[in-house]
Amino acid sequence: METHSLARALAQNTLLTKLSMDHLEFLSGCAKNVRISAGEYLFREGEDANELFLIRRGVIALEVYAPPRSTMSAETVGSGDLLGWSVLFPPHTWSIDARVLEDALLFSIDGACLRKKLEADHDFGYHLMRVVLEHVHRRLERLRLQQLDVYRTESI
Amino acid sequence: MNGDAVLELTGLDALIAALIARGYRVIGPRVQDGAIVLDELQHAADLPVGVKDEQSPGRYRLAPRSDNAHFGYVVGPHAYKRVFHVPVETLFRVRRDGRGFEVTETPVDARPVALFGARACDVAATTVQDRVLAEGAHPDPRYVARRKDAFVVAVACNEPGATCFCASMNTGPRPADGFDLSLTELLPEPGVPHRFYVEVGTERGRAVLDEVAHALPSDEDRRRARALADAAVASMDKHLETRHLRDLLIDNPEHPRWRAVAERCITCTSCTLVCPTCFCSSMDDVTSLEGEAERVRRWDSCFTRSYSYMHGGPARPSVEARYRHWLTHKLAGWIDQFGSSGCVGCGRCITWCPAGIDLTEEVAAIRADVKAARGASKEA
Amino acid sequence: MSAAVDIGLAPMLPRPARITRVVKETADTFTLHLEPPDGKLAFMPGQFNMLYVFGVGEVPISISGDPDAPEVLVHTIRAVGAVTKALMAMVPGDVVGVRGPYGNAWPVGEGMRRDLVVVAGGIGLAPLRPVIYHALSHRADFDRVYVLYGTRTPSDILFEEELRAWRARFDMEVELTVDRGLAGWSGRTGVVTTLIERADFAPESAVAMVCGPEVMMRFAARELAQNGVEEERIFVSLERKMKCGVGLCGNCQLGPELLCRDGPIYPYSRARRLFAVREL
Repeated sequence: METHSLARALAQNTLLTKLSMDHLEFLSGCAKNVRISAGEYLFREGEDANELFLIRRGVIALEVYAPPRSTMSAETVGSGDLLGWSVLFPPHTWSIDARVLEDALLFSIDGACLRKKLEADHDFGYHLMRVVLEHVHRRLERLRLQQLDVYRTESI
Repeated sequence: MNGDAVLELTGLDALIAALIARGYRVIGPRVQDGAIVLDELQHAADLPVGVKDEQSPGRYRLAPRSDNAHFGYVVGPHAYKRVFHVPVETLFRVRRDGRGFEVTETPVDARPVALFGARACDVAATTVQDRVLAEGAHPDPRYVARRKDAFVVAVACNEPGATCFCASMNTGPRPADGFDLSLTELLPEPGVPHRFYVEVGTERGRAVLDEVAHALPSDEDRRRARALADAAVASMDKHLETRHLRDLLIDNPEHPRWRAVAERCITCTSCTLVCPTCFCSSMDDVTSLEGEAERVRRWDSCFTRSYSYMHGGPARPSVEARYRHWLTHKLAGWIDQFGSSGCVGCGRCITWCPAGIDLTEEVAAIRADVKAARGASKEA
Repeated sequence: MSAAVDIGLAPMLPRPARITRVVKETADTFTLHLEPPDGKLAFMPGQFNMLYVFGVGEVPISISGDPDAPEVLVHTIRAVGAVTKALMAMVPGDVVGVRGPYGNAWPVGEGMRRDLVVVAGGIGLAPLRPVIYHALSHRADFDRVYVLYGTRTPSDILFEEELRAWRARFDMEVELTVDRGLAGWSGRTGVVTTLIERADFAPESAVAMVCGPEVMMRFAARELAQNGVEEERIFVSLERKMKCGVGLCGNCQLGPELLCRDGPIYPYSRARRLFAVREL
């Protein structure tokens, strides 16, 4: 019953609309709800990456500590974004800090559980990886634009 | 039309004298430095009498004629735009005044001008420039001041040049409107002396003509004038197909022909300088040693890099883009902007292009290619 | 006989206007407050003036002030060339030349009872500020009002205090993002287009006004269209070299468009094909 309603909640997420109800049920077995307040870290660079997050609400900054310039915000993510694809690939370690800027509500998908399911059911694996890849594609487009530095003053 | 007349050869001189007496600066064709240019005329003898011009892509030569024709040539490198939209002028001067400054506009020499011997294409070009510089929401007052009382004595072209295509552009070779008086030169024939058939375009034209000895034309004079006009159209070899021309160019900005023509174009800007309708100008603010500043307006050309320069660089760095801009503006964008084509078919840009680029060939090549591609896709 | 004639006050003559106030906005951007030549200079949001510096030259600069307060002429300027650098060196009491206003306006009439989405990048907020002023003083004409603003770094954000005040209002949404989240930045980092997908305006009725570098406008307009805003109701401000400002010199052409006369503001439905051709 618990899993069932979680699957329905997952189905509401724009990222997952392309997954079948069966796959959502399957995925919901690894999922739980997480709330985290502004100012807290969702994870920090170097820690073990144990969860994949789907952001439902809130804003999270992905930061890199870059001395001597202190901390730089590389990108902020929010509602509709997927966070934490490090859980999918060894060494399952976070490569960046995730600091919450505005109170966040997330689905957390347990990494070990997810990896097991991906191996157990390649059809599920294919569809979930498509979701991840589509999101990575969007994020890459955003980052590409961001690094174009379009507002730079041309010197004359 | 307000009637017609004939003028004997001596009447030409009288006509110029009448215009001068009325206070006009008479501007017409004269031979100078091996070309027929536009300059002030005092007498009919100042005209290029017995001279013809040989024109072809990238080539212009004067040669003697076997007759005494006064208008036995077509257009040279000058167009009448240099009279109304002058090549260089100071718009205003600025003098420091405490922390501020005082702006004084420079006066305009607005003595009325009579265009003498203006060809149909050039009369049409003046109308085209009027739409741009005098009939918009912000008319250029300097242009208007020089242009507004101009008198036009047009001349029909009896022998179009090899680069002429005014018939395609519907502007000539016989002037249809935009003149006060229009002449057709009738060379002497046995029993008929050298004379000019005159069409009267305006009341003012009639008034000037009345100051000059003239006669009523015979039916034969009228017939000859008409026959000459028809023969002129028939002898014009160059042609520009204008059907759907706007869309053809607007829709094909990536056509490979643009790159091909860019390999020949040396961006010398000649075509834009000789073009009778090209109106673009640059404005430079300069400071004198006395602490005065002034703004100078100069003819500019879309073939230069500086023409499209914004902070960061030119918007059209490639030659391909610049040629495309010029031709597409002239034949297509102009229609959107000013309600008519910017080309009058005078052929100057062809004659005076050092690389001999012929816009009619460029357009024909794009058209043929697009048509072929369309045919191919239909077959597929 | 002297034939020289007085041609009257021409559209080509700059009129002196005294600087009353200078506000430094960022390291390279500043705002000038001027006494308009005739005591007031009425303009529509999005219009520009040609600003002249004695002996240096003239540049087109959009008006960044309040259209309901035409007795103060306000221009926000980024110092990138000789004239704008000379303008940056000016102080209250100095005089600049003004010609204008020229160009067309953001279609604020179109926004009647619609969601208004203002998308700005960098200095692009300056020409849109009159739209925001207008929307706030005619608030009932619009449904929800969104200001989505992106800059290079946090220190490039224009009108910071005003943005903060607008943000505090309950009748508008203001979102900022920067491309480079430098030390101490605790706002959003990422391109301005990311703000579009997160804003909850009603796309079917929204009118969007976009101003910034051409590439930013291209991507923002595309994002808006993908989010369901009609192309006819997405407006962008196009840029080419402008010299005369009144359609006489030809320099500002972009394809068949004569920007100073017919633009610079165009619906995306018309601008899209202009964006699509290189070096147009």
